[in-house]
Amino acid sequence: MTHFLVTRILSAMLALLGVICLVFLLIHIIPGDPVEVMLGESAQPTDKETLRHALGLDLPLHQQWWIYFNGLLHLDLGTSLFSGRAILDLLIERIPATLYLSLVSLVVAIGLALPLGLVAAVRQHTPLDYGAMGFALFGMSIPNFWMGPLLILVGALWLGWFPVSGQEGWNSVVLPALTLGTAMAAILARMIRSSVLEVLGEDFMRTAHAKGLSLTRAVLFHALPNALLPILTLLGLQLGGLLGGAVITETVFAWPGLGLLMIEAIQQRDYPVVQAAVLCISVTYIMVNLLTDLLYAWLDPRIQFTSD
Amino acid sequence: MRLWLPLSIIAAWAFLAILNPMFSLTPDAIDLTNILSPPNLAHWLGQDELGRPVADRLISGAQTSFFVSLCVVALGVSLGGILGVSSAYLSGWVDAVFVRIVDVMLAFPGLLLAIALAGALGPGIGNVILALGIVGWVGYARLARGQVLALKHADHVLAAQAIGAPPWRIILRHLLPLIMAPLIVEASFGVAGAIIAEAGLSFLGLGVQPPAASWGA
Repeated sequence: MTHFLVTRILSAMLALLGVICLVFLLIHIIPGDPVEVMLGESAQPTDKETLRHALGLDLPLHQQWWIYFNGLLHLDLGTSLFSGRAILDLLIERIPATLYLSLVSLVVAIGLALPLGLVAAVRQHTPLDYGAMGFALFGMSIPNFWMGPLLILVGALWLGWFPVSGQEGWNSVVLPALTLGTAMAAILARMIRSSVLEVLGEDFMRTAHAKGLSLTRAVLFHALPNALLPILTLLGLQLGGLLGGAVITETVFAWPGLGLLMIEAIQQRDYPVVQAAVLCISVTYIMVNLLTDLLYAWLDPRIQFTSD
Repeated sequence: MRLWLPLSIIAAWAFLAILNPMFSLTPDAIDLTNILSPPNLAHWLGQDELGRPVADRLISGAQTSFFVSLCVVALGVSLGGILGVSSAYLSGWVDAVFVRIVDVMLAFPGLLLAIALAGALGPGIGNVILALGIVGWVGYARLARGQVLALKHADHVLAAQAIGAPPWRIILRHLLPLIMAPLIVEASFGVAGAIIAEAGLSFLGLGVQPPAASWGA
């Protein structure tokens, strides 16, 4: 168990270091002179030099990297070129909205996918199964930037039940969460179906039926827990992806989260903020995946034995 | 029958995308007197917020979307394939470093990295292809590496080594042809993913620039 823990955490740290390097290099792949791109071509030479010096771009690369890394260790992400505020404050302002949206979307996704996947597995090769899987294909094929405006049209403009965009009342989370949730539910439902189907053929399921358990009880308490592991991994990946993939949905709904911050920063050519947003989202992604793996090992004792 | 329907849909779009210069389309023709008009005989799908014909834009957008996604997949498969195969065949520290690099690339949520890259490189079709290609090669590389690891001790490879074939020849002649099938399957999923990703980037304003049409813009 300790061996598994240590290797898994070490590899996550290594990935973290790699992500920091890539994000650091992001500003250097800007074609031409990054300072010119940020200030515009008509900027005064003195202004350019000031910015170049402020960003440390006049130093050798390894020194720049060290300053960047040192700053990260002290939670210093620099200041925004556009608003002049500390980037850390900007991130802290935006994180709750993204977290809130991600969690509600996750609830929507599980709420939709669990019944669909279970029903499809138990009633395999029936119209119920085909219907559920048809919905899944439908949900997977629709891009978020189409689903979002469609939901706005129906839910906000025709029915008037929800606000069009922004984060105003309690119900403003419904439409973006539905957009993200249905896309996630589609993949999740397929996973639940195949995972449960695999377990349904096991000996202990026959035993459960033989001792007279009802179908619902057998599926919910005997099949589902055993089918949960691959589902959990996928959920971890999806939650991680949600925190990053929400960029488009946040833009559609003007939801004041990290994704929107990043798009705004790209449009304002505020590259330090772009770097910080990418870093923040990627670190979260790595952490969520690490936690999923650890949870996996904790839930399934068989993994601990194989790793020692 | 099950294959026939999707194939014909794809063929129809490919046909429209390739042959669209023959239809004398006017995807950029602005007609401010007919903004947001509903479908009619002259404009089958109506007109958009600048009075441009939506049907024409859809068809010329197909060209952009197909072109970009095919380029992205071609870039990804060739880069990923070559790197993955070489890494697995050479093994040793090259392979160890390679696996670490792949791990780091996979530590990013895919679309996020593409958005950040496209944002840094600046908008434009070429940069979208580059950004999506840089993000996309990792999957093919991993697949190719896994396949080669399984094949590398096969008898015909040993035989080739025994008669003194150089590594590049073994890779090109004895390994690549055998791993093409899984790579092609993966690539066909990749085209679908690239179309959606391109549309997403164009939707965010990072892809094709106005007035050009794409399925995302």
